[in-house]
Amino acid sequence: MVLLEVKNLTKVFGGLKAVSNVSFHVDEGEIMGLIGPNGSGKTTIFNCINHYYTLTSGDIFFEGKSVKGLKTHTICHMGIGRTFQVVKPLSRMTVLDNVTASAFCRVGSIKEAQDEALRVLEFSDLMDQKDKLAKSLPIGKRKRLEIARALATKPKLILLDETAAGLTPSELDAAIDLIKKMRDNGITILIVEHIMKVIMSISDRIHAINFGQTIAEGTPHEVANNPAVIEAYLGEAYAQC
Amino acid sequence: MEKKHIVYIILGLLGVVFPFLVTSDYYLHLVIIALMWVVIGSSWNLLAGYTGQVSFGHAMFFGIGAYTAGIFMTKLEISAWWGMAFGGIVAMLIGLFVGWVCFRLRGPYFALATLAGGEIFRLIATNWESLTDGMVGILIIQTFRSKLPYYYIALALAFLCIFVIHVIMKTKWGYYFVSIREDQDAAESLGINTTRYKNISLLVSSFFTGMAGAFYMNYMGFIDPHVVFSLHYISIMAILVGIVGGVATIMGPAVGAFIMVGLQETFRSAFFGLAPSWTSEAHALVFGLLVIFVILFLPNGVVGDWLKIKRNVFRVGASS
Repeated sequence: MVLLEVKNLTKVFGGLKAVSNVSFHVDEGEIMGLIGPNGSGKTTIFNCINHYYTLTSGDIFFEGKSVKGLKTHTICHMGIGRTFQVVKPLSRMTVLDNVTASAFCRVGSIKEAQDEALRVLEFSDLMDQKDKLAKSLPIGKRKRLEIARALATKPKLILLDETAAGLTPSELDAAIDLIKKMRDNGITILIVEHIMKVIMSISDRIHAINFGQTIAEGTPHEVANNPAVIEAYLGEAYAQC
Repeated sequence: MEKKHIVYIILGLLGVVFPFLVTSDYYLHLVIIALMWVVIGSSWNLLAGYTGQVSFGHAMFFGIGAYTAGIFMTKLEISAWWGMAFGGIVAMLIGLFVGWVCFRLRGPYFALATLAGGEIFRLIATNWESLTDGMVGILIIQTFRSKLPYYYIALALAFLCIFVIHVIMKTKWGYYFVSIREDQDAAESLGINTTRYKNISLLVSSFFTGMAGAFYMNYMGFIDPHVVFSLHYISIMAILVGIVGGVATIMGPAVGAFIMVGLQETFRSAFFGLAPSWTSEAHALVFGLLVIFVILFLPNGVVGDWLKIKRNVFRVGASS
């Protein structure tokens, strides 16, 4: 079943076409990868999906309903969670309070919200950090907090924006495990990632874009061998051989 | 029972018996004014300290509360005490409008918009003479000759205000306010309707500030636009009370209110007549220096940095 459908998405900033006519869909329960060189429009697509930017043309459907024009917080309530590439921790709140604040998305009382937050912290392996201020966490833990916070809103679909960037190799493996664990818990994942080890090993399908346009879509293996993708990443010379 | 609760109870009892310990009308007056500032400072703190929307225009809500009570009395001949409730409500309605306009702006732009808002209402109150009597001001006959009833009303209002904010900060609203302060975009992506919760914060804040204004009308018996809509004496003072006491702490503005009213009075009276009279002119200068001192050494205010103060004072005491 199609959970998210992006149809002919176009986003123009002044004279710059950041994303042009991109279409793809994400099926329920899968991990969909979104790749492309720097500045190719991946984060812009995310920002359009949860209406951080207003899209210029095209439409986005979540569970068959258009989310175009809806407010960011409404889209979150519908079941789309997201993390930010440039992490946005609520600095002067503890890790527990960060997650509790987002758990209020689904529950009303402080008791329920805290219980839910503790459950999510346990799930994302942040329990030992819960009383620390968010600003005191190192980058690896901050990225994890981003995920935990998004999980606390009980999303059906989660948009992960480079959650593996800047991690040490051991943190990287832990991040991959966490993402797989999320999928096993029935959360559909759309992930932007530069680290090929991550994206190739976990994605069911990959959508590749360059200069805001679709260049390939398919299984990780198909995309990795696609001449257009190789050209985009390594240059024309490599694509021909 | 926790130590903190015992402190609150002692403070409460002290508040109740204070007029019997100190019978001087002069000191009672100062404490009444300080209690009024507890209300204004706490309200400002809810919006600016907890929700992160710094207001430079709280005189707007104070003045509207005061004028509502005054106009009720002079034009409608309804007791100005009704104005206590209605002053809060009218200030809240104005708050709704201000929020609708100003919350499109963020950070310093929001602060400047509220600054302009305060000045606009001062000009309206000055020039709409058929309603407000303009610069002549509004004079009403006070209900009580004794200061005692006013004292208890101010005390009750201050306790109510602190209690309500204390409760709010322990609920979903409180979490949402602080999230908005920390990062509005992140808050929005966590399903928080930032516009709605900023408005809620502003409404609570303006309601209590309006009530404080109506109380001022009842207590002083006289208002004019330059006093109750004053940028210097109300809007800036609200900010000073907040930052000196400690932003984003429950008791901070309460402590700040007593410090600031004490300082203001010390200078106004030229150190109670002991210093040459020119010192009374120096209070603006001293407030400026105080702000610099607090920002440099006590960025979290007296309450927020209490442990730091205790540590340093203790060290000084031990070494001497």
